Amino acid sequence: MSATAYALPSIVVFVTAAVLIVVGAIGVLAVRNPVHAALSLILTLFGVAVAFIAQSADFLAAVQVIVYAGAIVVLFLFVIMFLGVGRSRHDHVEPLVGQRPLAALGVAVTVGGIIALLARSHWVTGATSVSGSPLVKGTGNVHQLGTAVFTTYLYAFEATAALLVIAVVGAVVLARRERVTEEAE
Amino acid sequence: MNVPAAWYLVLAAVLFGIGAYGLLTRRSALIMFMCVELMLNAVNLTFVTFARTLSDIGGQSSVFFVMVVAAAEVTVGLGIVVAVFRRRHSTSVDELTEMKG
Repeated sequence: MSATAYALPSIVVFVTAAVLIVVGAIGVLAVRNPVHAALSLILTLFGVAVAFIAQSADFLAAVQVIVYAGAIVVLFLFVIMFLGVGRSRHDHVEPLVGQRPLAALGVAVTVGGIIALLARSHWVTGATSVSGSPLVKGTGNVHQLGTAVFTTYLYAFEATAALLVIAVVGAVVLARRERVTEEAE
Repeated sequence: MNVPAAWYLVLAAVLFGIGAYGLLTRRSALIMFMCVELMLNAVNLTFVTFARTLSDIGGQSSVFFVMVVAAAEVTVGLGIVVAVFRRRHSTSVDELTEMKG
């Protein structure tokens, strides 16, 4: 099947999302100032949200923007500004000899392996990579996802609630100054 | 007709590779956390792509849970970074060498 068989809008959307994602991701690595890295991360997260919408995952795209770009990146920015972290001074030194070439080699092997698996995708999924039909038509994406989360995955959902409470308590305990132990010393 | 799923999967693999390279090479704990977020997003993109290809809402449900875990991870992780910064006045992971063999 040639590339011209695909509708032009979907190709444009894919290319837009791909450019946003890759440019943002490279920006996270290449930029020295942590604040700029966090802003590049927002670019990538919006690109992923575009890819979600293009694949009829509307609710997840909204959650992606609200939770990731709205909450997690803002949390990163809070910590960066709270700590007053400036330009990183340590990135030009290389304590481990050959760390970067080895990292590049490992990443190349990993990505190459994933793409090789994709090329023979019936190994993975039992079906070749074709453009599938959107999820069941007629009901909205939010309706389907809500039904799945609150029926099939109900226990997992309740476990995430417990996980979030534990995370909040852990963050409070970690961020609190330990006055009691200082007085005891 | 939508673009083939393989395009999105290759894009997710590239994003995962960029995140993994950053995690292995950068020294600042904050940047390393951002690279973990990149890798988690690559996996999320793969989940959504397979949910579309296989017409199974389970993939999108998994993304929902991955997002919750990512939020919890960032909360606790940044709490640890703040706690470490209070003692060391640095977020460089190279200076945390107590456990060095």
